[in-house]
Amino acid sequence: MKPNREVGIIGYGAYIPRYRIRADEILRVWKSIDSIHLEEKSVPGLDEDTITMAIEAARNALKRAAIDPQEIGAVWVGSESKPYAVKPTATIVAEALGATPHTNAADWEFACKAGTEAMQAAIGFVGSGMAKYALAIGVDTAQGRPGDQLEYTASAGGAAFIIGPKEESLAYLEGSYSYVSDTPDFFRRPHQYYPQHGHRFTGEPAYFKHTYCAAQHLMEELGYTPRDYAMVVFHQPNSKFPRRVAQRLGFTEEQLKPGFLVEVIGNAYAGSSPLGFAAALDEAQPGDRILLVSFGSGAGSDALTFTATEQIVKNDDTLLRVRDYISRRREIDYGTYCRYRDNLNNH
Amino acid sequence: MARKKRKVKSMSLARHWRLQDERYKLIGRECAACGKKLFPTRDICPHCGSRDLKPYRFAGRGEIYSYSTIYQPPAGYEGFVPYTVALIRLDEGPLITAQLTDVDREGVEIGQRVEMVTRRLREYGPEGLIVYGYKFRPVLKG
Repeated sequence: MKPNREVGIIGYGAYIPRYRIRADEILRVWKSIDSIHLEEKSVPGLDEDTITMAIEAARNALKRAAIDPQEIGAVWVGSESKPYAVKPTATIVAEALGATPHTNAADWEFACKAGTEAMQAAIGFVGSGMAKYALAIGVDTAQGRPGDQLEYTASAGGAAFIIGPKEESLAYLEGSYSYVSDTPDFFRRPHQYYPQHGHRFTGEPAYFKHTYCAAQHLMEELGYTPRDYAMVVFHQPNSKFPRRVAQRLGFTEEQLKPGFLVEVIGNAYAGSSPLGFAAALDEAQPGDRILLVSFGSGAGSDALTFTATEQIVKNDDTLLRVRDYISRRREIDYGTYCRYRDNLNNH
Repeated sequence: MARKKRKVKSMSLARHWRLQDERYKLIGRECAACGKKLFPTRDICPHCGSRDLKPYRFAGRGEIYSYSTIYQPPAGYEGFVPYTVALIRLDEGPLITAQLTDVDREGVEIGQRVEMVTRRLREYGPEGLIVYGYKFRPVLKG
């Protein structure tokens, strides 16, 4: 599906916090898993949350787009770690960007696919002519119970995308497809700090079924096969799942590599596939086709196909890329990690 | 983070709300008479006495003029200790005070280039307002 009026991405930006904890440091404390499949994950600092990360990612997107923030008709933030249970994240982000007051602002929620959900809504909003530009952000400070498998991966970060007319875009939309069902693989009840997950149940009936079907249906609809794509980005809850679904669909390791970040930053939940997509855009050349497939527990996947235009190439050394944030790292030990994540107060 | 229960008073909600332009966007004033840039916002230009001041958005870059590390913080900032506060000379001229972030104590130097980021300044306990505003960190790029 795509709107009648053709749209694309006119600017994008990412954010990853500075702190890292290595997976073997978590293993040293908990000894709770047999083997480790990633190096480290990002950790937000004491003064960081979903709002501060969304603001920096969006500022990077605005700088790349070089538009007046007053022209943004919607600021939509997808996350499952809202600093306020009631009070929009999006109004604070919109205010900090200078997009208020003549704009729409809202928060989106669908576990780890809230970011691509906001992107799809922004595509519809701009595609229908209701706004010239719309900003969609996927961002999280992910929660994982200490000692749980999730603690090895639950990280922080996000990416922002400004949707606008195709003729101004650095990558235009060819189509999108969503696939959802009621699958209780992972959830968090109100007032609970940590989510529950279904262990092996999170695999076949949840992640694999939804990502595979969304990707397969979109490619069929567009008449493409994996060979037509330069890059593919999946939601990255761990290093095994995206590799396995890529292989099943017929994608190669080379196509997966540019947006495959989980081994060095972990799983930033709603920020995971958007960050991977931003990293893929950083590497893209004009004409490169990219498949983005998110996954949100509960469960569903959004698949989107974008093709890079001549405007993907920007010779501006001041623009921050995903790899700039990855290489900015300060390693912390488990005790410091507990302090930064406020774990001493959450038990 | 400090988890003391401290309810926000309605007066401070309004005060924090009024300061959003300064805290989120570094909006100060430019004097129409002498051209000086002012931060924080003022009603009268301290350089020439003019009242003809217009909003001016600072680019958010400057260098560290001086700094100090805080071990005995004021109420509300206990969770960040130790943290470094700096006087920063903005590229447009004004000297402002701000907390540094994403730095290690040993890595801060006078003359260091820094840039504005928006971070949590404090929160009024788990039930209260979260206050966001400017801090500065070493320039990442460019």
